[in-house]
Amino acid sequence: MAYKIISSQCSACGACEFECPNAAIRMKGDMSIIEAAKCTECDGEQPRCVDACPVENTCVKI
Amino acid sequence: MITLDALMQTVNGEGAKAPASGGCASSSCGSSDTSGDLSPEVWDKVKDHPCYSEEAHHYFARMHLAVAPACNIKCNYCNRKYDCANESRPGVVSERLTPEQGARKTFAVAQSVPQLSVLGIAGPGDALYDWRHTKSTFEKVVEKLPDIKLCISTNGVALPDHVDEIVHMNIDHVTITINMVDPEIGAKIYPWIFYNHKRYTGVEAATILRERQMLGLEMLTARGVLVKVNSVLIPGVNDAHLIEVNRQVKARGAFLHNIMPLISDPAHGTFYGLNGQRGPTPQELKKIQDACEGGAKLMRHCRQCRADAVGMLGEDRGQEFALDLLPENIDIDFTQRDAYRAEVEHKREAHRAAKSDAREILGASAKEAPLTVAVVSKGDGLINEHFGHAKEFQIYEVDSAGVRFVSYRRIQDHYCQGGLGEESNLARIIDMLKDVDHLLCAKIGGCPRAELAAAGISPSDDYAYEFIEPSIATLYARKRDAALEKA
Repeated sequence: MAYKIISSQCSACGACEFECPNAAIRMKGDMSIIEAAKCTECDGEQPRCVDACPVENTCVKI
Repeated sequence: MITLDALMQTVNGEGAKAPASGGCASSSCGSSDTSGDLSPEVWDKVKDHPCYSEEAHHYFARMHLAVAPACNIKCNYCNRKYDCANESRPGVVSERLTPEQGARKTFAVAQSVPQLSVLGIAGPGDALYDWRHTKSTFEKVVEKLPDIKLCISTNGVALPDHVDEIVHMNIDHVTITINMVDPEIGAKIYPWIFYNHKRYTGVEAATILRERQMLGLEMLTARGVLVKVNSVLIPGVNDAHLIEVNRQVKARGAFLHNIMPLISDPAHGTFYGLNGQRGPTPQELKKIQDACEGGAKLMRHCRQCRADAVGMLGEDRGQEFALDLLPENIDIDFTQRDAYRAEVEHKREAHRAAKSDAREILGASAKEAPLTVAVVSKGDGLINEHFGHAKEFQIYEVDSAGVRFVSYRRIQDHYCQGGLGEESNLARIIDMLKDVDHLLCAKIGGCPRAELAAAGISPSDDYAYEFIEPSIATLYARKRDAALEKA
């Protein structure tokens, strides 16, 4: 149960990293990645990484 | 009555070399943006800032650093995936930098571009939403380069949260992009904003955006920070509405209002580009700018630079300072920077004297219809570029009340390509200048001369290498006086 980032669409702006309440997102090289073990899918709330991402359909459910 | 001798004295540049010879003390009767009209504190803030002072942009350079990529708003004229070295427009960059890399680049530019006076953080992204990166970059830069002015650009959503820190860090200049004060119009420009950890859409988003922008603007002006408002003119969406925007930002103390044309192309991959939304013509832009006269002062000399532009306005030397070209350690030679500033004071004095000569030439008489004049210049306030090499035109209006700078109009391809004039380029230039009466340049070939004249644009190289303002004044005064004699 986690979200992931489609790397080919990611602009690596880092907005999701700011917003993640679980500190599950970090930069790996030039890309942002979600650490699945830390992602709680925002516990049923609207996922913040999805809302903050400027490119539609880039943070998606695994 | 103006004698021919007086005219000749002015146009041969004599008046420009000495400080104003009678009539008016050079700094007290400047155009609307010299020290005469501003309080000393404000003049001190803007006199070296090429974007905030029309006069300063002839002498000083700015650089933008792309260090704050995260954004909290989606605009229909922006595509966050797009990035190209050959594009020149807001929001586009070639490489993103960490604060350390950004500081190193700033030092390298300061060392080789003595005109550098301003460091701005202007996207892509929002300098205040991505505040940690912005703040860290500025802190590193001022440690080693205390004479640089700091400047940021923001959409305003995060602005009220950072006003104290902006003041504390001596960020004297803040640009807020305000495209509407009516949320119904805002909903057509912004699909969503991200605020308080939540995405808002539609009219609700635009309402929050408007409240945050107006609050931020009021908080900044109350603290003495100079605020420039940028508005993108989107035909059919917010064109006439920008007059109301101008009124409201003036009421809240905005220092300058910069109305810029929408840049829209399907190749940019933006919502507007892909949906056929067009940008305004130069004439449509001028119409709205003119309708705002008397409101918040307009910035007329914007060239819509890249988010990582380096150099004087209108030039971009960013590629000379790509990260892999920078040395590891950079020592800044402050003597060069100081020497340049001293030289600028001389040039400014000469340019002001030339402007005051222009006022004397025009004298005072009844108001007539203004003439529109296009000038080709390489800088220093002189008519010193060949028509065929022009990359842009400076548009002026003149009547007995004075010579007024109206705008820059940029061309994609200059007319002369390796000695041969390109016909299609000339046609585009003529279309761009169709509301212009006279064109002044250092030199012009016979063929474009004839075509321009046939289109009602009278070209001349009679004022080659002279100061712009007195030349236009002389042209106008001659024409006016000839008409008076006839009558």
